[in-house]
Amino acid sequence: MTEKKIRVLIAKPGLDGHDRGAKVIARALRDDGMEVIYTGLRQTPEMIAEAALQEDVDVVGLSILSGAHNALVPQVIADLRANGQTDVVLFLGGIIPEDDIKTLLDQGVYKIYGPGTDTREVCKDIREAVKSKA
Amino acid sequence: MNSALLDALRKGNRLALSRILSQVENGTEAGMAALEELFLETGNAHKIGITGPPGSGKSTLVNALARELRRREPNKKVAIIAVDPSSPFTGGALLGDRVRMLDLQDDKQIFIRSMASRGALGGLAEQTEALSQVFDAAGYDFILIETVGAGQSEVDVVNLAHTTIVVDTPGTGDDIQSIKAGILEIADILVVNKADRPGADQSVTYLRNMVEMGYARSINNGKHHLEDFREISEHETASAHWVPPILKTVACEFKGIQELTEVILNHAAYLRQSGQWHAKDKAAIRANIRHQLIASLLKDFNQNVPTDLVNSLVEEVQKRGISPNEAVRVLLTYNRNNSLESSE
Repeated sequence: MTEKKIRVLIAKPGLDGHDRGAKVIARALRDDGMEVIYTGLRQTPEMIAEAALQEDVDVVGLSILSGAHNALVPQVIADLRANGQTDVVLFLGGIIPEDDIKTLLDQGVYKIYGPGTDTREVCKDIREAVKSKA
Repeated sequence: MNSALLDALRKGNRLALSRILSQVENGTEAGMAALEELFLETGNAHKIGITGPPGSGKSTLVNALARELRRREPNKKVAIIAVDPSSPFTGGALLGDRVRMLDLQDDKQIFIRSMASRGALGGLAEQTEALSQVFDAAGYDFILIETVGAGQSEVDVVNLAHTTIVVDTPGTGDDIQSIKAGILEIADILVVNKADRPGADQSVTYLRNMVEMGYARSINNGKHHLEDFREISEHETASAHWVPPILKTVACEFKGIQELTEVILNHAAYLRQSGQWHAKDKAAIRANIRHQLIASLLKDFNQNVPTDLVNSLVEEVQKRGISPNEAVRVLLTYNRNNSLESSE
């Protein structure tokens, strides 16, 4: 049997319409051999948790450029947990102020990536995180 | 697989369903054991295949159909299996069908699962049928199976669906395209989507001509040749009486969707009445057994025959010392002798 594929959901919660970053990451993960489920713009935390449940993903990646991360991210985490998906690795990309990073990491976000991140780093981190959960 | 997970699935727990789908998709031992048990509880779902070229609007159509099916049959559950291609180079995949299905996310009686094709070439993934069986056992009444964007010969879906819908768009070819063998032939229902674009009526005309020609032919011999392991039964000749309807839709505006849904439900009724439902089920089972038989034989073979022998034969063939056919004979002989020894 071949190695188990890593399944990743890439979603954009909230109202900002800038999905270039999400698409770049989705493409990079695909090129790294992962199966990436892309759900598009303007997702509510509930929709994201629902998609993560139906797709049984190992990883959820959120892209937020609107500044609403402090409201959206904890809600996504809460919804994932409410569905019983306690083992999903959650990462976040976007414009996240220094002051908020620690709080979000404490709430359960695995890693946070800002502009200019090397996508290879993201791939490597995800592989490590999934491996350590297995 | 622990029976707790299976019980949870039977009680309608969606996380349990999702976990079992993954196990089955990955072909784990637990997943295969679960499938063996669950298979005995299948046979109730109406499986509807949706195929057609990339960009013809399959996902959008599935979105609209799922919504309409739920509106008409509020007590029934809908599952969607959406297959997208895996990269032949990295094995990765970008599964984007959900982007077109956002209307369905707040309906808990609809379950959408994306699948990567993982190297399979017939328009579906290796385990698509298995996943449809899990959904069937989990009590989903309609299972919509969306293939990868298909060209002319990705016709696997017909072996698994009760109703196959082929989606085309205006302006994708002339009347010669429509009489070629392959994907258009497998349709129980033909849809010209994006019918608000120029050329829709012409596409319908081409398709109608094709259907009428095919109708005359199938009355003549009443036979299909899609799957060589398939038995041609008397029931199957009854397919001559179903002439594939051609419908125009604009899926993103929900135009023509009520009519299409009506036709799909009519087709199911027709299948049941004519005995074809039973025949199709039998054909699907036959194809499934054949498929698994080949996989098991191959697995046996790989266990019995050392790679070294295969490698040395490859070299012999490359030197033009023996033909590929002869190499196969040597391998089969070795395999036969070897399995006899091990079974005695």
